[in-house]
Amino acid sequence: MDRRSFIKSSAIVPTCLVIGFNAASEIAIAADATVPVAPWLRIAPDNSVTIINARSEMGQDTYTTMAMLIAEELEYPLGKVKIEIASTNPTHYINALLGGQITGGSTSVREAWTKLRTVGATAREQLKAAAAKKWNVSPADVTASNGVLTSGKNRATYGEIAIAAANMPLTTAPALKAQADFKLIGKRFPRLDTPAKVNGTAVYGIDVREPNMLVASLAQSPVIGGKPKNVDSSAAKSVPGVEAIVQISDGVAVLAKDFYVAKKARDLLKIEWDNGDTTAIDSMAAIESGIRNASKKDGAIILAKGNANPLDGVAKTFTAEYNLPYQAHATLEPINCAASVQNGECNVWGPIQFQQGATGAAMAASGLPEANVHIHTTFLGGGYGRKLELDFIRQAVEISKATGKTVRLQWTREDDMTHDFYRPASLNQVSAGVDANGKLTGLYSKMTSQSVTARAFPPFVVNGNDPFMGEGSANITYNISNLKVENVIHDSGVRVGYWRAVSNNLNSFAVESMIDEVATGTKQDPVAFRMSLLDNHPRAQKVLSTAAKKAGWGQPRSNGRFLGVAQSEAYGAYIAIVAEISMRDKKPVVHRLTAVVDPGVAIRPDQIKAQIESGMLLGLSSSLKTAITFKNGAVEQKNFDTYPMLRMSEVPQLDVTIIEGGGAPSGMGEVGVALVAPAIGNAIAAATGERIRTLPFIKV
Amino acid sequence: MKLNVNGKSVEFSGDEQTPLLWALRDHLNITQPKFGCGAGLCGACTVHLDGQAIRSCLTPVSVAAGKKVTTMDGVTPALAKKIKDAWIAEDVPQCGYCQHGQMMSAAALLSKNPKPSDEDINSAMDGNVCRCGTYTRIRSAIHRAAKA
Repeated sequence: MDRRSFIKSSAIVPTCLVIGFNAASEIAIAADATVPVAPWLRIAPDNSVTIINARSEMGQDTYTTMAMLIAEELEYPLGKVKIEIASTNPTHYINALLGGQITGGSTSVREAWTKLRTVGATAREQLKAAAAKKWNVSPADVTASNGVLTSGKNRATYGEIAIAAANMPLTTAPALKAQADFKLIGKRFPRLDTPAKVNGTAVYGIDVREPNMLVASLAQSPVIGGKPKNVDSSAAKSVPGVEAIVQISDGVAVLAKDFYVAKKARDLLKIEWDNGDTTAIDSMAAIESGIRNASKKDGAIILAKGNANPLDGVAKTFTAEYNLPYQAHATLEPINCAASVQNGECNVWGPIQFQQGATGAAMAASGLPEANVHIHTTFLGGGYGRKLELDFIRQAVEISKATGKTVRLQWTREDDMTHDFYRPASLNQVSAGVDANGKLTGLYSKMTSQSVTARAFPPFVVNGNDPFMGEGSANITYNISNLKVENVIHDSGVRVGYWRAVSNNLNSFAVESMIDEVATGTKQDPVAFRMSLLDNHPRAQKVLSTAAKKAGWGQPRSNGRFLGVAQSEAYGAYIAIVAEISMRDKKPVVHRLTAVVDPGVAIRPDQIKAQIESGMLLGLSSSLKTAITFKNGAVEQKNFDTYPMLRMSEVPQLDVTIIEGGGAPSGMGEVGVALVAPAIGNAIAAATGERIRTLPFIKV
Repeated sequence: MKLNVNGKSVEFSGDEQTPLLWALRDHLNITQPKFGCGAGLCGACTVHLDGQAIRSCLTPVSVAAGKKVTTMDGVTPALAKKIKDAWIAEDVPQCGYCQHGQMMSAAALLSKNPKPSDEDINSAMDGNVCRCGTYTRIRSAIHRAAKA
């Protein structure tokens, strides 16, 4: 539901019980939907219960999971809940783990775990208190169950008590249920967005339709960031159906009633671009030598333990370099965004992961204050980090402002592939040392790569340390006496972005490959070797030993199959993956991926399986086949023929097992991705005796 | 130009070279077929033309004149129900963007081959990309629909 219809429906329902958060991020109640509370829950006198989801739904299932956390404590049947996508409230819908209204970093559940259960529990206690008052009994004698309040012979629906509940003093610190009492959490319950996604009523950014809306196709320089210098639009103008042609800061947009006309005319524009100096990204050789030179510098030490030089005094040293390529997000929904800057109001509709940033981008592009900027988030046809970015929001608003029209900017696949914020390439240099008994006593991991955070959130890079670049290395689970993790930030000149599992993809490949190199180089079993180093992490040990058992580790194996293993902690979860492969024409064929994951608390077991499968297949796609390369400042891959994503016939057998280690739930959306590459690399080494240290494994 | 979409006769007045996808989406406001690649590489735009699964992003609307254009809303009700029920029972979608195209390819497969093997399914579905990686659930849903 968008903001306007929200206000409309609020007008029909003048008062209801609203629970949400105020500007101080404190839980707050209101009896009137117009007070400044960002609502997560609304119970109306007509007995409708609406849960307002302020975390973007891009496949990872916040849509159901956020609602489930509230409904669990509310004692309300989840199937009867209505769900709205929240409007934007940059100061009230803060994700405390990221500091904004933002969906990313596998934080939604971790941040909401206590917070949203408390929303549900607060509502429950408000209702019980109001019912108790009405019936002149003690609140302790009121039961809330299945959407009904009872005490003795007294009975009322939540709706009947809602307004009285809103007018009761706020219940502070309501008791939360024990895990044993959960009715929804941990149980199988279908996704609430599945019917809409199956029957075709789910509205994605591409499906936004507003009155008198035109479609815009935007010509952008092949070099990201290039600006139009000279524009000849005479041929484009002559295409029947063209409504407007307008230059914006980084392109020229053609507007028409349909995309075909807009794009056809756009392709006839003759534009000379000012691309600045592209020397640094004119070839992969230039990029790679830039990274190589930077790797000789000292970086930020982000973890240091024991000897200053972790390899001092070791009996044997292993040293290797690992290279990871650029990757595109390639969401199946190409970038798009609708905007209307009219009558002093700026409305934006689209697939957005970062509503707070979108508000700022729209304010800057429209020149309007926050109060006049309204962001309407749709379903996202894939996100993976791409739709955290704000470029397309700014472009849509600029086009609308310049033309005065309501427009929906639609990129082509080629636009999307060549104007992404790419997962950075990296050079990971790892050294490891063992003592005379083959015990790993020293590890030194140095990564040279580009910092996404330095571009996107510069204040968070302090003294050359981008905390996101330590994922997969700084959180290493192995008990090693001497440890050093160092990162060199090197700006290659490529536009880089957060890509599902971010630096785990880079560091876990390097670290988990090296651990394997040490194990095999000292003739130790890779699983037993890891187990011996995980004495500080019993949950990791359990996950690893279970994965090994399920995959048949150590069992005799015929038909040319080989196993490789990897394990790590990521986003609060422990995970181990075993890959089973064979080699055909010197290329790996992956037959089976066995994953065991410990999410702490499994809130939605079926969706944990879905997310781990999803992550593993993205990891498979990116480790086997895909890479982004640059030539003359531009991306060489344009579409799925040269960026070949995994297809059904290439999907191996996937086995996912969940072990609940207890405590709080981990993140899940990104957990499955990063270990597929090292597990396959380790299996290749087992099969051939040779290591492939540069991804992707298969050069297309 | 007259088009037959989901059994209804509709008028299309745009450029005859307009790909069927954009005729459906931008002229007729039928938005289930999605734009993914514009090059016949991902299958998000799959619809049926006289019962055959085609990539509507590459098919000029003029080719569809005089033929039956079908989206899930126009698939034989019994088959459409089996497929949708199976997709819901398996909780297939993640982001969901590719799923209409997946279901259209599945519908074309099941109308020709009511009991497909895994190999038959792989071969019929390999033109449909799912970036979220829901492939194993799609395959299970097709088997489920075949048994229904």
